[in-house]
Amino acid sequence: MAKRIDVNNLNVYYSNFLAVEDVSLAIEPNSVTALIGPSGCGKSTFLRTLNRMHEVIPGARVEGEVLMDGANLYDSSVDPVAVRRHVGMVFQRPNPFPTMSIAENVVAGVKLNNRRMSKADTEELVESSLRGSNLWDEVKDRLDKPGSSLSGGQQQRLCIARAIAIKPDVVLMDEPCSALDPISTLAIEDLIQELKANYTIVIVTHNMQQAARVSEKTAFFNIAGTGKPGKLIEMNDTTTIFSAPSERATEDYISGRFG
Amino acid sequence: MTTPQELASHGTKAQFSTRRSAFADRAFGGLSAGAASLILVTLAAVATFLLIEAWPAMTSSAAALDEKVGWLGTEANETLIATIGYLVFGTVLISAIALTIAAPLSFGIALFISHYAPRRLAAGLGYLIDLLAAIPSVVYGLWGAIVVVPVLQPFYQWLGSTLGWIPLFAPDPSTGEVSATGRVALSAGIVLAIMIIPIITAVTREVFLQTPVLHEEAALAMGATRWEMIRMAVIPFGRPGMIGATMLGLGRALGETMAVYMILSPGLSYLPSLLQAGQHNTIAAYIALQFPEANGAGVSALVAMGLALFVITLLVNMLARWVVSRRAEFSGAN
Repeated sequence: MAKRIDVNNLNVYYSNFLAVEDVSLAIEPNSVTALIGPSGCGKSTFLRTLNRMHEVIPGARVEGEVLMDGANLYDSSVDPVAVRRHVGMVFQRPNPFPTMSIAENVVAGVKLNNRRMSKADTEELVESSLRGSNLWDEVKDRLDKPGSSLSGGQQQRLCIARAIAIKPDVVLMDEPCSALDPISTLAIEDLIQELKANYTIVIVTHNMQQAARVSEKTAFFNIAGTGKPGKLIEMNDTTTIFSAPSERATEDYISGRFG
Repeated sequence: MTTPQELASHGTKAQFSTRRSAFADRAFGGLSAGAASLILVTLAAVATFLLIEAWPAMTSSAAALDEKVGWLGTEANETLIATIGYLVFGTVLISAIALTIAAPLSFGIALFISHYAPRRLAAGLGYLIDLLAAIPSVVYGLWGAIVVVPVLQPFYQWLGSTLGWIPLFAPDPSTGEVSATGRVALSAGIVLAIMIIPIITAVTREVFLQTPVLHEEAALAMGATRWEMIRMAVIPFGRPGMIGATMLGLGRALGETMAVYMILSPGLSYLPSLLQAGQHNTIAAYIALQFPEANGAGVSALVAMGLALFVITLLVNMLARWVVSRRAEFSGAN
């Protein structure tokens, strides 16, 4: 079930370096939110705080809170591993497990929680997840082939199938199309529109047309200079951000004057 | 600083003078091809040497060898072929002990260094493990014979009395006791294990460190714990490297001479018990034992044993390659 996300006064640190400063924003359930901004502005770092993946890097920590339907992900009683079972993630480059077949890739996450799944249940989940990521018709005859035998766009949709197979509340996408050709990009963008019905989606993108095409809300992040923290400049309806942003920096960025 | 004119004149000169670079290219190509073929030549030379030198012993009858070589006889358990059989059994047995102990330990150490230890500890530990490889095998032999064996003997006694019903740990049936000296196959295997841990650890550690971050993050992002991430991403990715490292270790264990020679009380039998002295020997240690006083025919017989060792190592390597290539489609190389 899709959940809403509220971020309150979030600071993200790598050891003593403040990477993202004082972000507060709200994300509605069943919506697509795009994070845009120049390279190094902290949008990917921020995205990774929403499933506590930034903690994988030694020394990374946050101050502030991230509420998912009111529950703070950073409460001391919360296990980051459990958070990630509710917040799926799709990465910049497609990363199916090369040693697993297509079907094994889809159920890899589910098998972590539920080792003894019946064969029928597994097959059903593989099919529904692959249908959910619009990949079923292309791979149904070769489910036992390695995931790495697919094209880049197909691999990325396989990764989306893998993410939604664990039935998350939120799906995070970190530049999911930046390694893909335009046709595959279109397929992923169509898919994002369909996924919205069941999940809350947050997507980082460098492609402003993409942000305009897929999202309802857009958040613009910026950085004052090297070594300075990234900040949320403004967040609004995507149409407003791209037609009448309230900040000068946003207008400069979307009109291509920098970044 | 170069002026634009200099640059321009240099440009025109350099632009069409490809001859020099083509020569360098060919020279380097020839050198590397030569270095590569040198390996083939060496391998062929060693194989030929073994075959030619072993030929007289392999073709002469047991009776003829018995006359010329003191430590070979005509009885069923003393002919050349029977001796080689015992030695192959001993070599494989002791190497198998070493691998059974060393491989899991090395994988554990490598995983700890690559994925669990804090960075500073990992570096220090890696260095220490590499130092283990720098200890000469004769020192391992001394340490094994003087320190390890006496320490382990009481443990062997316990093993023999509690697990003696397992053929591997069976005590001597005539006395009902395990070896009182402790100079048994298990001791040799344990010291060999310590000797091959560095090579297996070093190789697997490098392989584990090369696991693509992408795959590790994919596992973590779907809610894998660290151990689950290692099982999902690191070990499948490192599997060919783990097999390769194990085979490197096995290669060293099969050929190790000095430590076995100094620790093991030698003998010839097919006895499976690891706790009885004077029952086993390895090919390498046997050759070292007999070579100093061997005559022409004796040397030929020893070379035949060396040929057997060569064949075993070759088979082990081919087996490893086959295992690694079996799932090449899923290796992630494509």
